[in-house]
Amino acid sequence: MNRFAELLDRLAYEPGRNNKLRLMSDYFRNTPAPERGYALAALTGTLSFQHAKPNVIRTLIEQRTDPVLFGLSRDYVGDTSETIALMWPVDPAKRPNAIPSITDVVTILNTLGKLELPAQLARWLDALDETGRWALLKLVTGALRVGVSARLAKTAAGSLGDKAPDEIELIWPGLAPPYLELFAWVEGRGERPQTDDPAPFRPAMLSHAIEETDFAALDAREFCAEWKWDGTRVQAAAGTRPDGRHVARLYSRTGEDISGSFPDLAEVLGFDGAIDGELLILREGRVQSFNVLQQRLNRKTVTPKLIAEFPAHLRAYDLLFENGEDLRTLPFTERRTRLEALLKRLDTPRIDLSPLIPFADWETLTAARADPASAGAGADAEAVEGVMIKRRDAPYVPGRPKGLWWKWKRDPFIVDAVLMYAQRGSGKRSSYYSDYTFGVWTDGGELVPVGKAYFGFTDAELLEIDRFVRKHTVSRFGPVREVVHDQGQGLVFEVAFEGLQRSTRHKSGVAMRFPRISRLRWDKPPRDADRLETLEKILVKIEQGRGPAPEATGAEKRDRMPL
Amino acid sequence: MRPEDILISTPLGLCCKRGGFHIDPVRPVEQALITHGHSDHARAGHGAVLATQETLDIMRLRYGANFAGSTQAIAYGETLTLDGVQVSFHPAGHVLGSAQIAVEADGLRIVASGDYKDARDPTCAPFELVPCDVFITEATFGLPVFRHGDAQGEIDKLLRSVALFPERAHMVGAYSLGKAQRVMALIRAAGYERPIYLHGAMETITRYYQQRGIDLGETPLVRDATKADLAGTITLCPPSSLQDRWTRRFPDPVSCFASGWMRVRARARQRGVELPLVISDHADWDGLTATIKATGASEIWVTHGQEDALVHWCTTQGLRARPLDIVGYGDEEETDVVAAQGDGA
Ligand SMILES: [Zn+2]
Repeated sequence: MNRFAELLDRLAYEPGRNNKLRLMSDYFRNTPAPERGYALAALTGTLSFQHAKPNVIRTLIEQRTDPVLFGLSRDYVGDTSETIALMWPVDPAKRPNAIPSITDVVTILNTLGKLELPAQLARWLDALDETGRWALLKLVTGALRVGVSARLAKTAAGSLGDKAPDEIELIWPGLAPPYLELFAWVEGRGERPQTDDPAPFRPAMLSHAIEETDFAALDAREFCAEWKWDGTRVQAAAGTRPDGRHVARLYSRTGEDISGSFPDLAEVLGFDGAIDGELLILREGRVQSFNVLQQRLNRKTVTPKLIAEFPAHLRAYDLLFENGEDLRTLPFTERRTRLEALLKRLDTPRIDLSPLIPFADWETLTAARADPASAGAGADAEAVEGVMIKRRDAPYVPGRPKGLWWKWKRDPFIVDAVLMYAQRGSGKRSSYYSDYTFGVWTDGGELVPVGKAYFGFTDAELLEIDRFVRKHTVSRFGPVREVVHDQGQGLVFEVAFEGLQRSTRHKSGVAMRFPRISRLRWDKPPRDADRLETLEKILVKIEQGRGPAPEATGAEKRDRMPL
Repeated sequence: MRPEDILISTPLGLCCKRGGFHIDPVRPVEQALITHGHSDHARAGHGAVLATQETLDIMRLRYGANFAGSTQAIAYGETLTLDGVQVSFHPAGHVLGSAQIAVEADGLRIVASGDYKDARDPTCAPFELVPCDVFITEATFGLPVFRHGDAQGEIDKLLRSVALFPERAHMVGAYSLGKAQRVMALIRAAGYERPIYLHGAMETITRYYQQRGIDLGETPLVRDATKADLAGTITLCPPSSLQDRWTRRFPDPVSCFASGWMRVRARARQRGVELPLVISDHADWDGLTATIKATGASEIWVTHGQEDALVHWCTTQGLRARPLDIVGYGDEEETDVVAAQGDGA
């Protein structure tokens, strides 16, 4: 457990993806089975014991420490499990002489009765050190958040051999902790594990962003186009087990099983195959904005009320498998014909076909992208993020193959805003002021912050901005510097963003979606930057396109991958 | 005879009216007794300074030859009488030359411990327990969540990381007086023999430690190395420089910080640290409470840090205890910011 605790500790502080990978693969390489398998299970969230309730652990510490000292410590540390891990009193004379392994912890927790839990936890806490206790408490309360996705952990396991994460995803649903066959296969000591799962995930095919210059080389007649819906890409897989039971699963784009969050959709997957599509929220037949979908994605528990308020819908793009037949080598147009027929047979309002956009040349498609409402998207136009261009003869190739699928996003919204505050970045960027808060002018001639961005610029531009920030600081608060911003002096950013929503958290009353710095306007004096009124007009336009947008409540969401 | 008749706390620091001196005064006074060289305790401009030879040397290195009107060195265990008050200095185990100061009159002994630790440190004399009637203790880490554990284990963690990331540079933020040299000595004790690089602000004090016979191996300056040279190496630097533009000369640096504060995750994250190393030059909770008990003192005065928790603990042990509100002592972190800026390396 101590070595695993050290890994978790290090992962929690390490910002870089590749460094996290190195740390995990080093651990997997140097840790024997079954220990590393249970570690993989913990990192991928596949352990299934009943989590300990926070009050169980609180009671344990209250029986052992002075309440005043616990209170002062808890206030200082800010996290209850961490406080307990640090101040757990250990009597050296009574310290158990064996440190529990994760294997011990997992196997014992799987069979332990509720009443025996507190005494068992106390014995483990007595045996571990500070970091070990912290890891144990995070593990048993189900709060293991160290910034590692299941996908990344699988990638690290695959790197012990030369197995790509997609190869692991293929067999993953048939595997269980401690993953002995998986490691044996990856390390070249065993056969590829057979999956007997009737509804496995098939790695998704992804597109490239198209550039204006690409079109010259492309013949419009060889391509189909469809709307790029602003939801979440999913794969709906279903099949029948040898015992006759039907299994249906919904996977995220990276292969995480999200069926539990969408039982209303999982229950209508009455087919045998795999559909690639977009998860959307439909109300009275109209696609709701991503803002609405996000309110469902962010919920942990799914209540009947949530399902009624945010009904999940699958808009189908493609068909990968049907009745045991692998369709992925067929041309796109043939797969689409099979998909149409399947959806007709299924006949459920929860799943429909993503329509094709009729076009004969790139000019027509350009017009459709600029105005989806008049090109067939109708009332759903504001839920269109752009268009997808697919070769008619393209097979379904996992990963991001070149020249088969293109995405062509709608132009972002653009405003000119003034840099107000700059904050130091993290990891590699910790010596740079790389996170920027910018504002626009109110009628009263005052700047109000409207967003924060930390990418969109080049490394060379980052250096220039960093230099500007250091030279033009007017005050400092910890890692934040306030930068000069008046009518005549300051730095103007051209900011691009995908959407806007009302927000009570921001003084300006609006919050941007995916803002990024698209250009530095050294040439522009701050007084010529945009006004709040411009953003309000954009907001009205967005709202009129798709009905009232919900009030933004929780924290601003930077990351769109839910779950 | 009350202890307050011998020592009282004033805005300037602890004052012994009868003996005519202050201990670690925060502003210039006639006669100062200095526990150790950290700049929140040892300030320039006093009329006369009494301290260990090492502390006097360190003050001279930091402030120049004219840092005080006159100086007098006192050895550990030696007793002087100042206007009828006996004073003696005893190892505090904090940094090189650090001392607890025992003040005795009319059969009552008060020990002002300055900063201290009871953990092993190869770079300074070990803490010596001085039985007393009143013990004045610091409380920098005066909460039961602070347990510093085994410093050598933290060094092992650092060395494993260096082995795992041979193309990256490990930068260890450490206070330039005491902590940095202790970290280097621990790295050597773990068997690491390659050069350990130094930020310019570390040079003077480190060379002084080396002159005093403390073996730290080869310690070249970063400014003489190229970016490529620094791959796979360890560099000691002031904590404030970890987020400085200075870090750009290192290949993909791993930001490490050796401090007792690193025990608390929020503190480490706040500083953007990637590899926190829990190594402290102050006693942890167990060290504070064990020392308080062992002195046999019936009255405890608690200064700088988490006074509330420690005072509470003392009362649960049947000891009289009160906080001493002396402003001006912080942890050395803030002081190091100034030192680093002054150097510019
Ligand atoms: Zn000190």
